[in-house]
Amino acid sequence: MHVPDGFLDAPTSVATGVVAAAGIAVALRKARGELDDRTAPMAGLVAAFVFAGQMINFPVGAGTSGHLLGGALAAVLVGPWTGMLCLSVVLLVQALFMADGGITALGTNITLMGVVGCFVGYAVFRLALLVLPRRLGSVAPAAAVGALVSVPAAATVFTLLFVIGGNAPIDTGAVLTAMLGWHVVIGVGEAVVTGLVVGSVVAVRPDLVHGAQRLVQARTLEVRPSGLAAPARAGEVA
Amino acid sequence: MSGRRLAAVALLVTLLLAGGLSFYASSHPDGLEYVADRTGFLDSAEDSATADSPLADYQTRGVEDERVSGGLAGLIGVTAVLGLSGGLFWALRRRGDRGEDGDGGGPPSPGRRSTSVDAGR
Repeated sequence: MHVPDGFLDAPTSVATGVVAAAGIAVALRKARGELDDRTAPMAGLVAAFVFAGQMINFPVGAGTSGHLLGGALAAVLVGPWTGMLCLSVVLLVQALFMADGGITALGTNITLMGVVGCFVGYAVFRLALLVLPRRLGSVAPAAAVGALVSVPAAATVFTLLFVIGGNAPIDTGAVLTAMLGWHVVIGVGEAVVTGLVVGSVVAVRPDLVHGAQRLVQARTLEVRPSGLAAPARAGEVA
Repeated sequence: MSGRRLAAVALLVTLLLAGGLSFYASSHPDGLEYVADRTGFLDSAEDSATADSPLADYQTRGVEDERVSGGLAGLIGVTAVLGLSGGLFWALRRRGDRGEDGDGGGPPSPGRRSTSVDAGR
Protein backbone atom coordinates (compact mmCIF):
# COMPACT_ATOMS: atom_id res chain seq x y z
CA MET A 1 0.00 0.00 0.00
CA HIS A 2 3.04 2.31 0.21
CA VAL A 3 2.65 4.84 -2.60
CA PRO A 4 6.00 5.58 -4.30
CA ASP A 5 7.05 8.97 -5.62
CA GLY A 6 5.75 9.69 -9.11
CA PHE A 7 2.32 8.04 -8.95
CA LEU A 8 0.54 11.28 -8.05
CA ASP A 9 1.19 14.73 -9.51
CA ALA A 10 2.56 17.61 -7.44
CA PRO A 11 -0.75 19.39 -6.64
CA THR A 12 -2.33 16.17 -5.39
CA SER A 13 0.75 15.32 -3.33
CA VAL A 14 0.73 18.82 -1.82
CA ALA A 15 -2.98 18.45 -1.03
CA THR A 16 -2.50 15.12 0.74
CA GLY A 17 0.52 16.62 2.48
CA VAL A 18 -1.71 19.38 3.84
CA VAL A 19 -4.32 16.81 4.95
CA ALA A 20 -1.61 14.79 6.71
CA ALA A 21 -0.03 17.84 8.37
CA ALA A 22 -3.41 19.12 9.55
CA GLY A 23 -4.30 15.66 10.84
CA ILE A 24 -1.03 15.42 12.75
CA ALA A 25 -1.48 18.92 14.21
CA VAL A 26 -4.93 18.02 15.54
CA ALA A 27 -3.74 14.60 16.69
CA LEU A 28 -0.89 16.13 18.70
CA ARG A 29 -3.55 17.95 20.76
CA LYS A 30 -6.16 15.20 20.90
CA ALA A 31 -3.70 12.39 21.70
CA ARG A 32 -3.04 14.07 25.03
CA GLY A 33 -6.48 12.90 26.13
CA GLU A 34 -5.58 9.30 25.26
CA LEU A 35 -2.10 9.18 26.79
CA ASP A 36 -1.18 8.94 30.45
CA ASP A 37 1.68 7.45 32.44
CA ARG A 38 0.46 3.90 31.72
CA THR A 39 -0.60 4.15 28.09
CA ALA A 40 2.27 6.28 26.69
CA PRO A 41 4.83 3.42 26.80
CA MET A 42 2.18 1.09 25.34
CA ALA A 43 1.66 3.48 22.44
CA GLY A 44 5.37 3.44 21.65
CA LEU A 45 5.29 -0.36 21.57
CA VAL A 46 2.23 -0.33 19.31
CA ALA A 47 4.09 1.85 16.80
CA ALA A 48 7.09 -0.51 16.91
CA PHE A 49 4.81 -3.53 16.47
CA VAL A 50 3.09 -1.94 13.47
CA PHE A 51 6.50 -1.29 11.89
CA ALA A 52 7.49 -4.93 12.42
CA GLY A 53 4.09 -6.18 11.24
CA GLN A 54 4.35 -4.17 8.03
CA MET A 55 7.57 -6.07 7.21
CA ILE A 56 5.73 -9.40 7.14
CA ASN A 57 4.22 -9.69 3.67
CA PHE A 58 1.84 -12.62 3.39
CA PRO A 59 0.91 -14.15 0.01
CA VAL A 60 -2.65 -13.50 -1.16
CA GLY A 61 -2.45 -15.53 -4.38
CA ALA A 62 -1.52 -14.96 -8.03
CA GLY A 63 1.92 -13.58 -7.25
CA THR A 64 0.57 -10.86 -4.99
CA SER A 65 1.16 -10.16 -1.32
CA GLY A 66 -0.18 -7.95 1.41
CA HIS A 67 0.89 -6.90 4.87
CA LEU A 68 -0.64 -5.51 8.02
CA LEU A 69 -1.40 -1.78 7.72
CA GLY A 70 -2.11 -1.54 11.43
CA GLY A 71 -4.36 1.55 11.48
CA ALA A 72 -7.38 -0.18 13.00
CA LEU A 73 -5.13 -2.16 15.37
CA ALA A 74 -3.39 0.93 16.69
CA ALA A 75 -6.66 2.92 16.94
CA VAL A 76 -8.38 0.22 19.01
CA LEU A 77 -5.37 -0.37 21.27
CA VAL A 78 -4.32 3.22 22.01
CA GLY A 79 -7.05 5.46 20.55
CA PRO A 80 -7.51 6.84 17.03
CA TRP A 81 -5.50 10.05 17.48
CA THR A 82 -2.54 8.32 19.10
CA GLY A 83 -2.91 5.52 16.54
CA MET A 84 -2.65 8.04 13.73
CA LEU A 85 0.56 9.38 15.26
CA CYS A 86 1.89 5.80 15.55
CA LEU A 87 1.31 5.25 11.82
CA SER A 88 2.84 8.64 10.98
CA VAL A 89 6.07 7.80 12.83
CA VAL A 90 6.20 4.35 11.17
CA LEU A 91 5.68 5.84 7.69
CA LEU A 92 8.24 8.59 8.34
CA VAL A 93 10.93 6.09 9.36
CA GLN A 94 10.08 3.86 6.38
CA ALA A 95 10.28 6.74 3.91
CA LEU A 96 13.45 8.29 5.33
CA PHE A 97 15.51 5.17 6.04
CA MET A 98 14.01 2.19 4.19
CA ALA A 99 13.01 3.93 0.92
CA ASP A 100 9.61 2.28 1.47
CA GLY A 101 7.03 4.79 0.24
CA GLY A 102 8.13 7.99 -1.47
CA ILE A 103 9.25 11.23 0.15
CA THR A 104 6.85 13.46 -1.79
CA ALA A 105 4.29 10.68 -1.29
CA LEU A 106 4.72 10.71 2.52
CA GLY A 107 1.63 12.91 2.95
CA THR A 108 -0.34 10.56 0.71
CA ASN A 109 0.77 7.52 2.70
CA ILE A 110 -0.02 9.17 6.04
CA THR A 111 -3.43 10.17 4.66
CA LEU A 112 -4.18 6.65 3.40
CA MET A 113 -2.79 4.46 6.16
CA GLY A 114 -2.79 6.92 9.08
CA VAL A 115 -5.92 9.02 8.64
CA VAL A 116 -8.16 6.68 6.61
CA GLY A 117 -6.78 3.47 8.17
CA CYS A 118 -7.14 4.62 11.77
CA PHE A 119 -10.38 6.55 11.55
CA VAL A 120 -12.35 4.27 9.21
CA GLY A 121 -11.07 1.31 11.22
CA TYR A 122 -12.04 2.94 14.52
CA ALA A 123 -15.46 4.13 13.30
CA VAL A 124 -16.38 0.67 12.01
CA PHE A 125 -15.05 -0.83 15.25
CA ARG A 126 -17.38 1.44 17.25
CA LEU A 127 -20.35 0.60 15.01
CA ALA A 128 -19.62 -3.13 15.36
CA LEU A 129 -19.51 -2.77 19.16
CA LEU A 130 -23.03 -1.28 19.05
CA VAL A 131 -24.32 -4.39 17.29
CA LEU A 132 -22.36 -6.99 19.26
CA PRO A 133 -23.19 -8.04 22.86
CA ARG A 134 -21.93 -5.57 25.49
CA ARG A 135 -19.04 -7.60 26.85
CA LEU A 136 -15.25 -7.67 26.63
CA GLY A 137 -15.36 -10.67 24.32
CA SER A 138 -16.83 -8.44 21.61
CA VAL A 139 -13.82 -6.11 21.44
CA ALA A 140 -11.56 -8.37 19.35
CA PRO A 141 -14.23 -9.34 16.75
CA ALA A 142 -15.27 -5.69 16.45
CA ALA A 143 -11.63 -4.68 15.93
CA ALA A 144 -11.33 -7.37 13.24
CA VAL A 145 -14.36 -5.97 11.40
CA GLY A 146 -12.87 -2.47 11.60
CA ALA A 147 -9.58 -3.80 10.22
CA LEU A 148 -11.33 -5.68 7.42
CA VAL A 149 -13.11 -2.53 6.20
CA SER A 150 -10.15 -0.17 6.70
CA VAL A 151 -7.98 -1.79 4.00
CA PRO A 152 -10.40 -1.57 1.03
CA ALA A 153 -11.34 1.91 2.31
CA ALA A 154 -7.72 3.05 1.98
CA ALA A 155 -7.50 1.34 -1.44
CA THR A 156 -10.62 3.22 -2.57
CA VAL A 157 -9.24 6.58 -1.44
CA PHE A 158 -5.99 5.85 -3.26
CA THR A 159 -7.94 5.13 -6.47
CA LEU A 160 -9.88 8.39 -6.09
CA LEU A 161 -6.60 10.28 -5.62
CA PHE A 162 -5.21 8.63 -8.73
CA VAL A 163 -8.29 9.59 -10.73
CA ILE A 164 -7.79 13.21 -9.60
CA GLY A 165 -4.01 13.46 -9.88
CA GLY A 166 -2.50 10.28 -11.27
CA ASN A 167 0.52 10.64 -13.54
CA ALA A 168 -0.72 7.98 -15.97
CA PRO A 169 -3.98 7.48 -17.88
CA ILE A 170 -6.03 4.70 -16.32
CA ASP A 171 -9.33 2.95 -16.74
CA THR A 172 -10.89 4.07 -13.45
CA GLY A 173 -13.35 1.16 -13.27
CA ALA A 174 -10.66 -1.45 -13.91
CA VAL A 175 -8.29 0.04 -11.33
CA LEU A 176 -11.02 0.42 -8.70
CA THR A 177 -12.24 -3.15 -9.25
CA ALA A 178 -8.71 -4.58 -9.05
CA MET A 179 -7.74 -2.44 -6.03
CA LEU A 180 -10.92 -3.36 -4.15
CA GLY A 181 -10.70 -7.05 -5.04
CA TRP A 182 -7.12 -7.52 -3.84
CA HIS A 183 -7.49 -5.30 -0.80
CA VAL A 184 -10.58 -7.10 0.45
CA VAL A 185 -8.42 -10.26 0.50
CA ILE A 186 -5.56 -8.38 2.21
CA GLY A 187 -8.20 -6.97 4.59
CA VAL A 188 -9.03 -10.53 5.69
CA GLY A 189 -5.37 -10.97 6.72
CA GLU A 190 -5.53 -7.56 8.43
CA ALA A 191 -8.66 -8.69 10.30
CA VAL A 192 -7.08 -11.97 11.47
CA VAL A 193 -3.91 -10.29 12.79
CA THR A 194 -5.84 -7.41 14.37
CA GLY A 195 -8.36 -9.75 16.02
CA LEU A 196 -5.64 -12.01 17.44
CA VAL A 197 -3.50 -9.17 18.80
CA VAL A 198 -6.41 -7.18 20.29
CA GLY A 199 -7.89 -10.40 21.71
CA SER A 200 -4.58 -11.28 23.37
CA VAL A 201 -4.21 -7.89 25.05
CA VAL A 202 -7.88 -7.80 26.10
CA ALA A 203 -7.42 -11.25 27.66
CA VAL A 204 -4.59 -10.13 29.95
CA ARG A 205 -5.05 -6.37 30.46
CA PRO A 206 -8.40 -5.05 29.13
CA ASP A 207 -7.84 -1.86 31.14
CA LEU A 208 -4.93 -0.98 28.82
CA VAL A 209 -7.03 -1.30 25.64
CA HIS A 210 -8.48 2.08 24.62
CA GLY A 211 -11.40 0.52 22.73
CA ALA A 212 -12.35 -1.62 25.75
CA GLN A 213 -12.38 1.19 28.31
CA ARG A 214 -16.14 1.72 28.43
CA LEU A 215 -16.72 -2.02 28.81
CA VAL A 216 -14.13 -2.26 31.59
CA GLN A 217 -15.84 0.62 33.40
CA ALA A 218 -19.24 -1.01 32.91
CA ARG A 219 -17.84 -4.22 34.34
CA THR A 220 -16.45 -2.59 37.47
CA LEU A 221 -19.80 -0.85 37.97
CA GLU A 222 -21.57 -4.18 37.74
CA VAL A 223 -19.19 -5.63 40.30
CA ARG A 224 -19.86 -3.02 42.96
CA PRO A 225 -23.16 -4.44 44.31
CA SER A 226 -21.39 -7.69 45.15
CA GLY A 227 -18.67 -5.57 46.77
CA LEU A 228 -21.35 -4.12 49.09
CA ALA A 229 -22.29 -7.63 50.06
CA ALA A 230 -18.66 -8.38 50.76
CA PRO A 231 -19.04 -9.65 54.37
CA ALA A 232 -21.41 -12.41 53.32
CA ARG A 233 -19.28 -13.44 50.34
CA ALA A 234 -16.10 -13.26 52.36
CA GLY A 235 -17.71 -15.72 54.76
CA GLU A 236 -18.46 -18.10 51.87
CA VAL A 237 -14.93 -17.94 50.58
CA ALA A 238 -13.43 -18.44 54.02
CA MET B 1 -0.21 -9.80 33.97
CA SER B 2 1.71 -6.70 34.98
CA GLY B 3 2.09 -3.85 32.51
CA ARG B 4 5.82 -4.37 32.61
CA ARG B 5 5.55 -8.03 31.63
CA LEU B 6 3.03 -7.26 28.87
CA ALA B 7 5.44 -4.63 27.51
CA ALA B 8 8.31 -7.14 27.62
CA VAL B 9 6.26 -9.74 25.70
CA ALA B 10 5.15 -7.15 23.13
CA LEU B 11 8.74 -6.00 22.62
CA LEU B 12 9.98 -9.58 22.25
CA VAL B 13 7.32 -10.40 19.64
CA THR B 14 8.13 -7.17 17.78
CA LEU B 15 11.87 -7.90 17.70
CA LEU B 16 11.27 -11.50 16.56
CA LEU B 17 9.01 -10.32 13.74
CA ALA B 18 11.35 -7.59 12.50
CA GLY B 19 14.63 -9.38 13.15
CA GLY B 20 13.70 -12.97 12.27
CA LEU B 21 10.36 -13.73 10.66
CA SER B 22 10.71 -10.88 8.16
CA PHE B 23 13.21 -13.07 6.26
CA TYR B 24 10.36 -15.43 5.41
CA ALA B 25 7.99 -12.68 4.27
CA SER B 26 6.56 -12.98 0.75
CA SER B 27 8.65 -11.14 -1.82
CA HIS B 28 5.74 -10.85 -4.25
CA PRO B 29 4.64 -7.30 -5.09
CA ASP B 30 1.97 -5.97 -2.73
CA GLY B 31 -1.61 -5.33 -3.80
CA LEU B 32 -0.98 -1.76 -4.97
CA GLU B 33 2.18 -2.62 -6.92
CA TYR B 34 0.48 -5.61 -8.54
CA VAL B 35 -2.56 -3.59 -9.61
CA ALA B 36 -0.31 -0.77 -10.84
CA ASP B 37 1.57 -3.28 -12.99
CA ARG B 38 -1.57 -4.93 -14.39
CA THR B 39 -3.46 -1.72 -15.10
CA GLY B 40 -0.45 0.08 -16.55
CA PHE B 41 0.57 2.83 -14.17
CA LEU B 42 3.55 1.17 -12.42
CA ASP B 43 5.96 2.91 -14.80
CA SER B 44 5.02 6.29 -13.36
CA ALA B 45 6.77 5.30 -10.11
CA GLU B 46 10.10 7.02 -9.45
CA ASP B 47 12.95 5.94 -7.22
CA SER B 48 12.72 7.46 -3.78
CA ALA B 49 15.21 10.20 -2.92
CA THR B 50 16.32 7.88 -0.11
CA ALA B 51 16.90 4.90 -2.43
CA ASP B 52 20.62 5.14 -1.58
CA SER B 53 19.99 4.98 2.16
CA PRO B 54 22.16 2.39 3.96
CA LEU B 55 18.93 0.64 4.96
CA ALA B 56 17.06 0.97 1.65
CA ASP B 57 14.61 -1.86 0.92
CA TYR B 58 15.16 -3.26 4.42
CA GLN B 59 18.70 -4.42 3.65
CA THR B 60 21.73 -3.22 5.58
CA ARG B 61 24.42 -2.05 3.21
CA GLY B 62 27.73 -3.84 3.64
CA VAL B 63 26.19 -6.94 5.22
CA GLU B 64 26.45 -9.83 2.76
CA ASP B 65 24.25 -12.44 4.42
CA GLU B 66 20.69 -11.62 3.35
CA ARG B 67 19.13 -12.96 6.52
CA VAL B 68 21.43 -10.92 8.77
CA SER B 69 21.21 -7.87 6.52
CA GLY B 70 17.39 -7.86 6.54
CA GLY B 71 17.10 -8.72 10.22
CA LEU B 72 19.51 -5.96 11.19
CA ALA B 73 17.64 -3.39 9.10
CA GLY B 74 14.40 -4.49 10.77
CA LEU B 75 15.86 -4.19 14.27
CA ILE B 76 17.33 -0.74 13.52
CA GLY B 77 13.95 0.35 12.15
CA VAL B 78 12.11 -0.92 15.23
CA THR B 79 14.59 0.92 17.46
CA ALA B 80 14.09 4.15 15.51
CA VAL B 81 10.29 3.89 15.65
CA LEU B 82 10.33 2.97 19.34
CA GLY B 83 12.66 5.87 20.18
CA LEU B 84 10.77 8.47 18.15
CA SER B 85 7.24 7.45 19.10
CA GLY B 86 8.11 6.57 22.69
CA GLY B 87 9.70 9.98 23.19
CA LEU B 88 6.78 11.73 21.48
CA PHE B 89 4.10 9.93 23.50
CA TRP B 90 6.00 10.30 26.77
CA ALA B 91 6.23 14.05 26.14
CA LEU B 92 2.55 14.32 25.14
CA ARG B 93 1.07 12.34 28.03
CA ARG B 94 -0.90 13.98 30.81
CA ARG B 95 1.74 14.13 33.48
CA GLY B 96 1.03 12.99 36.99
CA ASP B 97 -2.43 11.93 35.88
CA ARG B 98 -3.04 10.39 39.29
CA GLY B 99 -1.33 13.26 41.07
CA GLU B 100 1.37 10.90 42.31
CA ASP B 101 4.56 11.66 40.42
CA GLY B 102 4.56 14.97 38.61
CA ASP B 103 7.38 14.43 36.17
CA GLY B 104 9.06 11.12 36.85
CA GLY B 105 11.48 10.21 34.08
CA GLY B 106 11.24 6.50 34.78
CA PRO B 107 8.70 4.02 33.51
CA PRO B 108 5.28 4.09 35.20
CA SER B 109 4.46 1.65 37.95
CA PRO B 110 2.46 -1.06 36.21
CA GLY B 111 -1.06 -1.71 37.29
CA ARG B 112 -1.35 1.36 39.48
CA ARG B 113 -4.73 2.36 38.12
CA SER B 114 -6.05 -1.12 37.61
CA THR B 115 -6.94 -1.87 41.24
CA SER B 116 -10.67 -1.53 40.64
CA VAL B 117 -10.42 -3.84 37.63
CA ASP B 118 -8.34 -6.41 39.47
CA ALA B 119 -10.80 -6.33 42.35
CA GLY B 120 -13.50 -7.23 39.85
CA ARG B 121 -11.85 -10.50 38.91
